[in-house]
Amino acid sequence: MDKVIKAVPDADGPLNPLREFTAARIGIGRPGISIPTKQSLAFKLAHAHARDAVYSRLDIDALSNDMMQFNLPVIVLHSKAGNRAEYLQRPDLGRKLKKSSANQLKEYAGDYDVSIIIADGLSASAINENVIGLLHALIPLFMAARLKLAPICFVEQGRVAVSDKVAHLLNAKLSIILIGERPGLSSADSIGAYLTYDPKPGLTDESRNCISNIRPQGLPFKPAAEKIFYLVQEAFRMKLSGVGLKDNQGLISH
Amino acid sequence: MSYDTTIGARVYRFNDLKTLLAKASPFRTGDALAGLCAESYEERVAAQITLADVPLKVFLSELIIPYEDDEITRLIIDSHNEIAFSLISHLTVGELRDWLLMDETTTSTLKSIEAGLTPEMVAAVSKIMRNQDLIAVAKKCEVVTRFRNTIGLKGHFSTRLQPNHPTDDPKGVAASIIEGLLYGSGDACIGINPATDSPSHVMSLLRMIDQLRQQFDIPMQSCVLSHITTTLELINKNKDAPVDLCFQSIGGTELTNTSFGINLNLIEEAYQATLSLNRGTIGDNVMYFETGQGSALSANAHHGVDQQTCEARAYAIARKFKPLLVNSVVGFIGPEYLYDGKQIIRAALEDHFCAKLLGLPMGVDVCYTNHAEADQDDMDNLLTLLGVAGCNFIMGIPGSDDIMLNYQSTSFHDALYLRKVLGLKAAPEFEAWLTKQGIVDIKGQLTSTNQVDLYNHFGSLWIK
Repeated sequence: MDKVIKAVPDADGPLNPLREFTAARIGIGRPGISIPTKQSLAFKLAHAHARDAVYSRLDIDALSNDMMQFNLPVIVLHSKAGNRAEYLQRPDLGRKLKKSSANQLKEYAGDYDVSIIIADGLSASAINENVIGLLHALIPLFMAARLKLAPICFVEQGRVAVSDKVAHLLNAKLSIILIGERPGLSSADSIGAYLTYDPKPGLTDESRNCISNIRPQGLPFKPAAEKIFYLVQEAFRMKLSGVGLKDNQGLISH
Repeated sequence: MSYDTTIGARVYRFNDLKTLLAKASPFRTGDALAGLCAESYEERVAAQITLADVPLKVFLSELIIPYEDDEITRLIIDSHNEIAFSLISHLTVGELRDWLLMDETTTSTLKSIEAGLTPEMVAAVSKIMRNQDLIAVAKKCEVVTRFRNTIGLKGHFSTRLQPNHPTDDPKGVAASIIEGLLYGSGDACIGINPATDSPSHVMSLLRMIDQLRQQFDIPMQSCVLSHITTTLELINKNKDAPVDLCFQSIGGTELTNTSFGINLNLIEEAYQATLSLNRGTIGDNVMYFETGQGSALSANAHHGVDQQTCEARAYAIARKFKPLLVNSVVGFIGPEYLYDGKQIIRAALEDHFCAKLLGLPMGVDVCYTNHAEADQDDMDNLLTLLGVAGCNFIMGIPGSDDIMLNYQSTSFHDALYLRKVLGLKAAPEFEAWLTKQGIVDIKGQLTSTNQVDLYNHFGSLWIK
């Protein structure tokens, strides 16, 4: 062998210019047809971050403190899943409200338009980092529309459907749950928003509308809040949510 | 009817067929979550021994979900073909396994009994088969489908190019498509999961891909994986909508599908609407279905039937509509259904085997989520096993990382690895196009000398 050929393409590989358009792992090159060493290890590191996010916890103290700016009561609730291991294997428990939490809510029952519920889901880090920014964009829209907001509820070890029970006990016409999404490699900090009109226990996914990937590098707070607000208005107008409620926002601009 | 067997001094009794099927299932967390799995290792094997002696005919008389209650059961029973069944009607589940493995049972023999098998029979036999049995029999099956190219021929292996973007930004999607095409990906389809189910978004993505396809005369098809009602609305409102394939997720019980907002009539309506566009050039397989173990339990719609049998029942729906592509998104659903790499690999091989035996063009989304006990090594194992088993297609995602759906699947590189180690080729029409464009050489290997030219060639289209 006369000389060793450098197997890994340099950083200015021909496909690199495409990278400005997406965070997807394109233009990474190939020794043979395989993933280069540097990229392979970067991937492993990202996976490690995502695994850590799954096991993160809501920082209730800091979040409650930040919530004071909204002048809404804050309630901290727990699902029936006792810990993360149980949460991961028993989603049914994450959808149910612990009895003491349900009792706690009864004191707050009222006649509300919208109940906002915040749950750790699969990434408490996402909520810790991004939920205040999202609420900062969202709550003024509701206020301007004179919608009556229920107290804001945190649910630890919560899944999407726990919002049905919470909003039902509060007697709210519509629920929005902001929940930490399953972490991706490039995004361990995404919030998903699920909206349900006439929430009550026993509903399934076809009754909800979802807006996902809410985070600064994904769907930023302002457009996310506008989209949620648009769907809320449409849900109230059509008196439904889910597959019957299409997101036609923006259709006229095409 | 109850079933029993004696192991040593102990009699194991199973109250009905669906209980027997559930207890005979190799362990997975979803069946434990549903409270359906065997309570001991011995009980599981006792159930498998019992199941092996059940005559196939029983599956036509003892229905695991009542005929009156479920339109999938009605579809299975009403479409069962007695003539195709006659060749194997005398067999038990255990004898069926042996028969499937015999050298005399060839590709054409298997094709001839396709319509005589029900999903429950196929699920049952899979439960008493080892992974190598699932691979050996699936490899004998050949399911070929066509739209603008030919997918599923032996010796070929396709990919769905999955260029998802968190905000459906057309430029971001286009960047991943260009990269994928330059890696020889996309012969099964270019399939985008939209971030939001908005008709206007879907339309603009469809138009963008269609423009690309026509400009470069690519023998491929595209799909935006929105809800079937969105696709139907697009077709009904725009007779020139560039909808090649109609997508829908399906489950194995009527209640599951209700939770997805669909039923058989709705699928039929969308199927006919998509056919009416008449966009295929060499075939008219226009449907694309996705499935996955655990969806019925997730929707609380399983009727006490184990998750693998529910999954197989979904294939009855798929085969009614002659799809171009079906894939099991096996590791997407999470650890409460399939906990780790071992369970994901087993489930994928079962799904691929069952679907192929029922005559479906099966692919697998070789994938896992970040809350499952799995990693790239598990996916490499599964990918290789599926390649050996003759899987029709896998996904092709930049660097394995889907930045919209937040899970890991197979990369463009992974597909090339499999084609290389197993000597497989892309769909013939697509392979010819890749060669003509200089993306691959005559041996089907990526050329590397002119990638700059290729990039400029494609990149000038939209990215400015």
